[in-house]
Amino acid sequence: MRKTKKVLSVLLVMAFAAAILFTGCGGGTGKTDEATTVGFIYTSSKTDGGYSQAQHNGTMAVEKYFGKKIKTIVAENVAEEKQAVKSTAVNMIDQGAKIIIGTSFGFMDALDELATEYPDVTFLHFSGYKMNDKNFSNYFGAMEEPRYLSGMIAGLMTKTNKLGYVAAYPYTEVQIGINAFALGAQSVNPDVTVSVVYINSWNDPANEKAAAESLLAQGCDIITQHCNSAGPQLAAQEAGAYAVGYNLDNSQVAPKSFLTAPVWHHEKYLIPTIEKIIDGTYVPESYYGTMKDGYVGLAPMTSLVPDDVKKKVEAVQEQMVAGTFSVFVGPIKDNQGNIVVKEGETLDRAGIWKMEYLVQGVTGRDN
Amino acid sequence: MKWFSLKKREEIPAKKAWLIRIVAVVLSVLCAGLVILLLGFHPFVTFGEIIKGALGSKIRLTQTVLKAVPLTITTLGIIIAFKMKFWNIGGEGQIMMGALAASVVALNFPDMPRGLLLLCMGIAAVIGGGLWAFIPAFFKAKMGTNETIFTLMLNYLAIKFVTYLQYGPWRDPGSKGFPKVADFTQNAVLPNVFGLHIGWIIALLLTVAIFLFMNYTKKGYEVSVVGESIDTARYAGMNIQSIIITAMLISGGLCGLTGMIQASAIEKTLTYSLSAGMGFTAIITAWLSRLNALASLFVCIAFAVLLQGGAYIQISMQIPAAVADMIQGILLFFVLSSEFFLQYKVSFHFKKAKGVA
Repeated sequence: MRKTKKVLSVLLVMAFAAAILFTGCGGGTGKTDEATTVGFIYTSSKTDGGYSQAQHNGTMAVEKYFGKKIKTIVAENVAEEKQAVKSTAVNMIDQGAKIIIGTSFGFMDALDELATEYPDVTFLHFSGYKMNDKNFSNYFGAMEEPRYLSGMIAGLMTKTNKLGYVAAYPYTEVQIGINAFALGAQSVNPDVTVSVVYINSWNDPANEKAAAESLLAQGCDIITQHCNSAGPQLAAQEAGAYAVGYNLDNSQVAPKSFLTAPVWHHEKYLIPTIEKIIDGTYVPESYYGTMKDGYVGLAPMTSLVPDDVKKKVEAVQEQMVAGTFSVFVGPIKDNQGNIVVKEGETLDRAGIWKMEYLVQGVTGRDN
Repeated sequence: MKWFSLKKREEIPAKKAWLIRIVAVVLSVLCAGLVILLLGFHPFVTFGEIIKGALGSKIRLTQTVLKAVPLTITTLGIIIAFKMKFWNIGGEGQIMMGALAASVVALNFPDMPRGLLLLCMGIAAVIGGGLWAFIPAFFKAKMGTNETIFTLMLNYLAIKFVTYLQYGPWRDPGSKGFPKVADFTQNAVLPNVFGLHIGWIIALLLTVAIFLFMNYTKKGYEVSVVGESIDTARYAGMNIQSIIITAMLISGGLCGLTGMIQASAIEKTLTYSLSAGMGFTAIITAWLSRLNALASLFVCIAFAVLLQGGAYIQISMQIPAAVADMIQGILLFFVLSSEFFLQYKVSFHFKKAKGVA
């Protein structure tokens, strides 16, 4: 794995060279005394066409907003192991970073340790659940809302009534997304089923594509994903099927398959939070941004989505933006037939994040 | 028609050997500098930043040492095997099995007194890594199997087995479905000495111990003889099978100990990625130190300087990770090829000595 990476990096270096020469960015050293240094740690490349690129879009929006008031430093391809994360963060702190933003779940324990070791530095962690009351907090978003909407599109557009889902791990966050997608699809098409393949990695382009191909071979005609790359979208395009992406608007990458994608707007959280940290008014919190907050959303639906489908989706979207629509409303059964949300019950954030089941109509397996 | 030929050198004068090495380092720096320049960075500033980034402050020095510790111990293990010409490519797997064995102890006896628990973990790790090396050693000694393939394959077995545990039976129920083994208790974490986990003292002690073992003990001498010529060893009446197996138990045991140190002091749990390619990197450092334990200490520190300096310039100069890796690659390429030119003489046969492609 690492060997391949090294070989790849040598090949890629020419591409980097071109990119750097053209953009003319040569390691900005324009230090101003008042600038607050903010370090961002990514688990993959900032141009990975997915997760980290979405994170980096947020970073660039932050840079644009603050201008000279902050200096950002970025570390890419940091492995989800303590040694790698701590070493990266410590190097950033050594460079004067006062705020460290870790953007992958697997960074959590390392950030937790660092928060104790460096009380003067503030640590923000995306997607985790640990925090303290001084300098460590976490943030995430109600991805179930746009996932539900994307499920509606898939439910309305499928011909085979079989939807495919390429998923990372059987982890709560992923299960929530799968269930929201399935419920959205079933709300408009009760016959629809969702087949899930877990690839046991957040970022494994070859495996992601292979998993999508196996789902397509089983008769799924719309593929969606909870993993990094555009692989599943490309697999769908090659098979003449449709795809709902994740993280980024990939309408240019897979123009013949891409319908839409649930996306993040990280700057909606980062800008006000960094502002508070600089002002000294920051108090750790566990942030959960919704569509109402603008933190999560649906990428524009492409021209592949028929107008009547768009209308139905937009009607629900409006309710979500107004904050009047809940995704998990009882009765909901799991795929074993047990009632998991009772009639008349609505899951709040705490309830949603206890989810360890898949809803009726969903089947999951490891790849 | 061959236009060049290789001849193995008999013996090379020390002066000339050093000249070749120095030329290699200078060339590598020039070549890396050129690449850095092409990418739009200042070569001297970049090299300066690498050194500053590795040694420039206490924080950075700590990071360098943290990287040198596991590399040194693994390298010592590889050296013993290579001295015997037993190509142990299985450091990764031995590290994993050591970490696994230590974790079995740490997770099952979380409340044992700290010193005792750590000692048991260390012993378990040495046994775990040693056993993983024993398997190919046994088959090599008894049946003459190819140890290169054997040890390489055992890496994947070990890593996949730990992956299975992490994703399956050992998954921490408290981790909300994320594939993670439960954290060790504080008792199972190595203590710090001067702000650094005690692994650095272990690495220093082991370096001296292995140096003495290889150079001043009968067993160590026997290992070298088996490496030089099995026939000689046989004529001298040595028990070759036992030597191979003993040496591999030590080699794997050292790699296993690396696994325990990384699991205990750094990750504070078992993860399938904690070997982090060290079993392979150690092969490079073992060669560069010419299979000398004392030299390996310095080589590993130098290598750690490169690793930490490379990590540092990514952050301080925002140089892409790939470039930092490439600088390392260029340096290694030249230094390793200088070893080749030390052993072989290359002569070119051109009609007219003109334009070397």
